[in-house]
Amino acid sequence: MIDHIEDAIQINNLTKTFGPHTILNELDFNIAKGKITTILGFSGAGKSTLLKHILGLLHPTSGQIVVLGKDLATLTPMQLREFRRNFGMLFQYAALFDSRTAHGNVSFPLHEFTNLDEKQIDERVSELLLSVGINEEAFHRLPSELSGGMRKRVGLARALALSPQIMLYDEPTTGLDPITTKMVNDLIVETHEKNRGMTSIIISHDIKATLEISDFIAFLDRGSIVEYLPVSEFKKSTNPIVQEFLNL
Amino acid sequence: MNLASLGRTYTEKLGAAIIESIDGLGSVSRFGSKFFYWFLKPPFRINILMQQLYFIGNKSLFIICLAGGFTGMVMAYQVYFGFKLISVDSLVGPVVSITLARELGPVLTGLIVAGRAGAAMAAQIGTMKVTEQVDALEVMGIDSFQYLAVPRIIAGTICLPMLSTIFCLVGNVGSWLVGTKALMIDEAVYLNKLGEFMFMEDMIQGIIKAFVFGFIVAVIGTYFGFTVTKGAEGVGRGTNLAVVWGMISVLILDYFLTSFLVHIL
Repeated sequence: MIDHIEDAIQINNLTKTFGPHTILNELDFNIAKGKITTILGFSGAGKSTLLKHILGLLHPTSGQIVVLGKDLATLTPMQLREFRRNFGMLFQYAALFDSRTAHGNVSFPLHEFTNLDEKQIDERVSELLLSVGINEEAFHRLPSELSGGMRKRVGLARALALSPQIMLYDEPTTGLDPITTKMVNDLIVETHEKNRGMTSIIISHDIKATLEISDFIAFLDRGSIVEYLPVSEFKKSTNPIVQEFLNL
Repeated sequence: MNLASLGRTYTEKLGAAIIESIDGLGSVSRFGSKFFYWFLKPPFRINILMQQLYFIGNKSLFIICLAGGFTGMVMAYQVYFGFKLISVDSLVGPVVSITLARELGPVLTGLIVAGRAGAAMAAQIGTMKVTEQVDALEVMGIDSFQYLAVPRIIAGTICLPMLSTIFCLVGNVGSWLVGTKALMIDEAVYLNKLGEFMFMEDMIQGIIKAFVFGFIVAVIGTYFGFTVTKGAEGVGRGTNLAVVWGMISVLILDYFLTSFLVHIL
């Protein structure tokens, strides 16, 4: 495990059970502030459940999650909702609101949570969309009129609208062709570099991309972290499950 | 399989179905009760409410007028041929009108709205659920119930009494047309009897029912949207359940509301 100077997220003995099934089993690790950490694992390992705990969408059966110094269990539902504004999330299939255009999707959080006027919102939306590589002619297209890669870009712009301190990526390259996969990975790195101090957490099973873009890798297997190392050390891991994954 | 084990199997199935129904009823009630917590809490989603009022109210007008008109016309015929046998055919107007106001207006409007808007609510929210749009709202710090369910439930509760009133109005026009133009009931007698036997209480009873049906149909529609799982197949099943349970609820509630309202109005 890793000792950090400063942690964005502390996960202390986190256990989650659904009926007789233990999904997360006494997870105990910290996520470094300002770094890219990837949580890697096979399907069904508990990666998405862990992500939902970090967001406060699920509550632990036992254990504690401290995000940016706040113990999520001590927050009321209303405080938790407000606290979630510290997060931005890029969903697996972007999760764009299908009744809103690309512009409408990105402006949505700005309308909801800021006091900016229409002109300022419009400027901010244009800036965000252009920064992720969406050109003006696509601003007013509906999600159904955008390609998979463009949807991901718009989803990223929406996630960045409120300048989050923690950016979460849920399987960002699943279902994309190799070129678009590379584009999304480059975008993640570029976004991380542009937003200094932002913590990025990627949930993935894409080992190649993970090794290229991460600072740290945590390997989750059947609800337990079996390895958590800086990427350079992770490649040399002797853990048989990690080795099996690396050799796939 | 012997008779005893066959009996046990059916008893177990029946027991499981009863437990499941009670569990479902509890879940819907808990879901519906959240509305009372959220509907007075800002921010008020006026734009979404307007969209839903337009969709549930305005977009249902044609089918409501069509159903209301023909129901009134058919009722006039049926009542006339029964009443003619005992020479009270002049009472066709009030009988049709009271039936429409107290029963057919709210019930048929409730069934139509359950089929049209209830299904749409379940399909829209269900699709948002399986494509993670509901999760996206939650991650942004927006309560998905407040954002998606509250405006729909308010719109359903407002629209159904209005639609039911329109249903009755058009039904009465249909009944009047058939009664006076096809069945040759004297127009003055028809209207006179209508004024004599039709009271405000009849309208109020129907409006109270429609109000309750609107709330229930919208709660059920949104509930089955939020409980959708397993992709497109789940959306289909959720939509189907929303229509079926919306209609069943309207019919069952109608009995209990009638037995209650006839004593107080």
